[in-house]
Amino acid sequence: MQSHLSILLILSSAALHALSGIPGLLMSRRTAMSERIATVFSCAATAIGLAGVALVFLRGTDSMVLPWNVMGDPMKVAADGLSAFFIVPVLVMGALGSAYGLGYWPQSKHEDNGPSLRLFWGWAIAGMILLLLARHAVLFMMGWEIMALPAFFLVSTEHHLPEVRRAGWVYLVATHIGTLTLFAMFAFFHWITGSFEMRALAVSEAGLGTLTIIFLLALVGFGVKAGMMPFHFWLPAAHANAPSHVSALLSGVMLKIGIYGLIRFIGFLPDPPVSWGVIILASGCISGVLGVVFAIGQHDLKRLLAYHSIENIGIILMGFGLAMIGRSLGRPLWVILGMAGCLLHVWNHGLFKVLLFLSAGSAIHSSGTRQIDRMGGLAKFIPRTAAFFLIGAVAICGLPPLNGFVSEWFVYLGLFHAASDTTAVAWTAAALAAPVLALIGALALACFVKVYGAVFLGQARQPLESVPHEAPLTMQIPMGVLAGCCVLIGVLPWTVAPVLSRTILSCDIEGLLQSSCPLSTLTPLTAITLTGLALIGVCLIVYYRLSRRVQWSKAPHTITWSCGYARPTERMQYTASSFAQMLTGMFRSVLSPRIHEPEIRSVFAEPSRYETHQDEPVLDRKLIPAAHFIKQLFNRARPLQQGLTHQYLIYVALTVIILLIWTLPILTIFTRLFTR
Amino acid sequence: MHSLLNALLVVVLALNLFALGTSRIITVIKVVSLQGLLLGVMPLLIEEHLALAAVSASAAAILLKGLVIPTMLLRAMRDVQIKREMEPLIGFLPSMLLGALATGFALLFATALPLASEHTTPLLVPAALATIFAGFILLTTRAKAITQIMGYLVLENGIYIFGMLLVGAMPLVVELGALLDLFVAIFVICIMVNHINQTFSSLDTRRLAALKE
Repeated sequence: MQSHLSILLILSSAALHALSGIPGLLMSRRTAMSERIATVFSCAATAIGLAGVALVFLRGTDSMVLPWNVMGDPMKVAADGLSAFFIVPVLVMGALGSAYGLGYWPQSKHEDNGPSLRLFWGWAIAGMILLLLARHAVLFMMGWEIMALPAFFLVSTEHHLPEVRRAGWVYLVATHIGTLTLFAMFAFFHWITGSFEMRALAVSEAGLGTLTIIFLLALVGFGVKAGMMPFHFWLPAAHANAPSHVSALLSGVMLKIGIYGLIRFIGFLPDPPVSWGVIILASGCISGVLGVVFAIGQHDLKRLLAYHSIENIGIILMGFGLAMIGRSLGRPLWVILGMAGCLLHVWNHGLFKVLLFLSAGSAIHSSGTRQIDRMGGLAKFIPRTAAFFLIGAVAICGLPPLNGFVSEWFVYLGLFHAASDTTAVAWTAAALAAPVLALIGALALACFVKVYGAVFLGQARQPLESVPHEAPLTMQIPMGVLAGCCVLIGVLPWTVAPVLSRTILSCDIEGLLQSSCPLSTLTPLTAITLTGLALIGVCLIVYYRLSRRVQWSKAPHTITWSCGYARPTERMQYTASSFAQMLTGMFRSVLSPRIHEPEIRSVFAEPSRYETHQDEPVLDRKLIPAAHFIKQLFNRARPLQQGLTHQYLIYVALTVIILLIWTLPILTIFTRLFTR
Repeated sequence: MHSLLNALLVVVLALNLFALGTSRIITVIKVVSLQGLLLGVMPLLIEEHLALAAVSASAAAILLKGLVIPTMLLRAMRDVQIKREMEPLIGFLPSMLLGALATGFALLFATALPLASEHTTPLLVPAALATIFAGFILLTTRAKAITQIMGYLVLENGIYIFGMLLVGAMPLVVELGALLDLFVAIFVICIMVNHINQTFSSLDTRRLAALKE
């Protein structure tokens, strides 16, 4: 007899997460007790859930049928490797974000929206767990909406601000576009299989045309949620305007649900043509490059991080696209390496992007602004946050001793294998994609040099109202845990290799891999460990020597970018915009920023300003003008509705008369009238 | 019996045109109340032998349409002190012509209806349709609130004539319920008329459009 212990553990974890915010609703708004209860609930739920996930990885897939029949099919839930793999970041984020919220969004300062924030936090987490377990389309969509709607309320937590409301609405519209597309996709599934059970299709069941429609619907529906270009338009504003831990949840965890959906549902489609993989690889490349290019042009710290999410989704999709090409052409090696890169980057991005958002939140908390060009010199005041941000930044750039490097390395290896293949499509795609990945890495590095330099180094650019203080321990511990995980995966990647292998095997429905996934023999994981340790050692030695020398030489303390002036001021420092100017200039054709330049007319120039604005390419340049056009079109119908009762009655009368005439046998009447 | 019924229906049709063509509101009220009285008599003529249902429906209709509602309307008129419909959207003569056209159309249409042949009087369905059209014309072309009530009443009369077709089949409760609805609606509108008059210093319902956001 099989006990369903793992599923029951995970489901009860979801229930506990959903309940975590409810005591806060019943308690007084003044006490800090409610938030502590919520955090304790979340941490307990996460511990229970992680135990369930561990059981899944140890014992294998567990599935059960809930005693509930919907639309003729029993509600089936299952926890296989893929579900369990994606549940891990959800659980981790649920607990860490809740703990971070104790310091970042304390009840004492946010009496109004604190309880609702914690309630919807728990619900969003529970919804995600539910949909990851679901094997019934209705249950899946329920989980999907339980995730998406609370996320709307989380984004619009500070709904008294107009830009927050706007971001919330755009998010709501976008997420429902995705939901609608998924409805269409499930309708096609139901049309083919005759049931709402989520299962793999057989080759004989559907033709290529139908499968391609399902593929495209899945790509759009889940692409909107994942923030794939060009469906990313909701993402920057929503991430920028939400509280920082909510941004972290959206970016680090919720985007990955879109990736999960893609992997799950495209995995169900049998015998994919190569073009699907190429489409995914290409959209990954586009998302990656454009994401990082737009990130460089941003002035708002959280918007910048949001565009980096798009970039990382691009990298994840590149790995998945490579695996898809491997699946079509029957190359197990590419599938293993591509999926390993894709999946590990899902975890890694969940770690370092959350770390970045949380430490950025801490920096914003202490400087009181989100504008990069108004911050500066924060490392002196909040050294630990600065260190955490640095770890996250190094990781997101894919540099060696940290985890971002490992997953990108998998993708690189896979691309190199594909590039040496004889199939023309495959090697062309891979040979084009590998340099793109390198370009993404280089641009990300430039971008984070800009951010770290402008925000944490140098001097404060504005007179500080109060000395910024280091984040409280409740905020530092989550950041510390995440940074530790980044280092752990980066230095000891073989610790996650078994989990990855099991997950990759659980995605392999067609049996291409023949139940063997020798990830650790395919990739030099021990070499990564050695290199990482060596690199860390060298860095420590260099740091030690340099700091000794600085102490010895007694060099004068001065502003970082003083440029040899006798009396430098803070305003002479490089700003983030000027640092990025060369790169934004190179990509001007894509970015096309709006520039307000002063025009000097007389000899004695008047005081003037120079401003650049970077608008959203899809939302601001395409969707909003299109929406305005449609609105204009509908305005023409205005005269039809003026609020006059007479007019409406005339409509009623006209309708009645037209309906009567409709039923009238006009021809017979005419013949009766005009013939005898 | 049927010749009498037909004669009554012709009078009802004539009263429709009369109501459309006159500008004095008191006349319209009287015309409509007369129409109501005639309608009240009709169930007695249709039923071969007098049943309790037909008698009570007839009595209720005569009481409400012929007496109570006109009295209420006359009192409302006295309260707001108006006598004439001054500014119709379409003039009185054109609206009367329109009514005549609608009557012709109704006659034409009723011959095409499949149910017409089965029923005893060929004039019943066209009269109902023509009365409904007349009510619509009153409703859409007149601006004053009181004349609009008359429009609703004429419309309801048309529906009532249609109901004659089913007088054997339709339960008494439905009939009485419809009458009660009508009574309550008129009652409420009469109160509203006073309020509209106080607020806008006019009974022109087009001014109510100013209330929209």
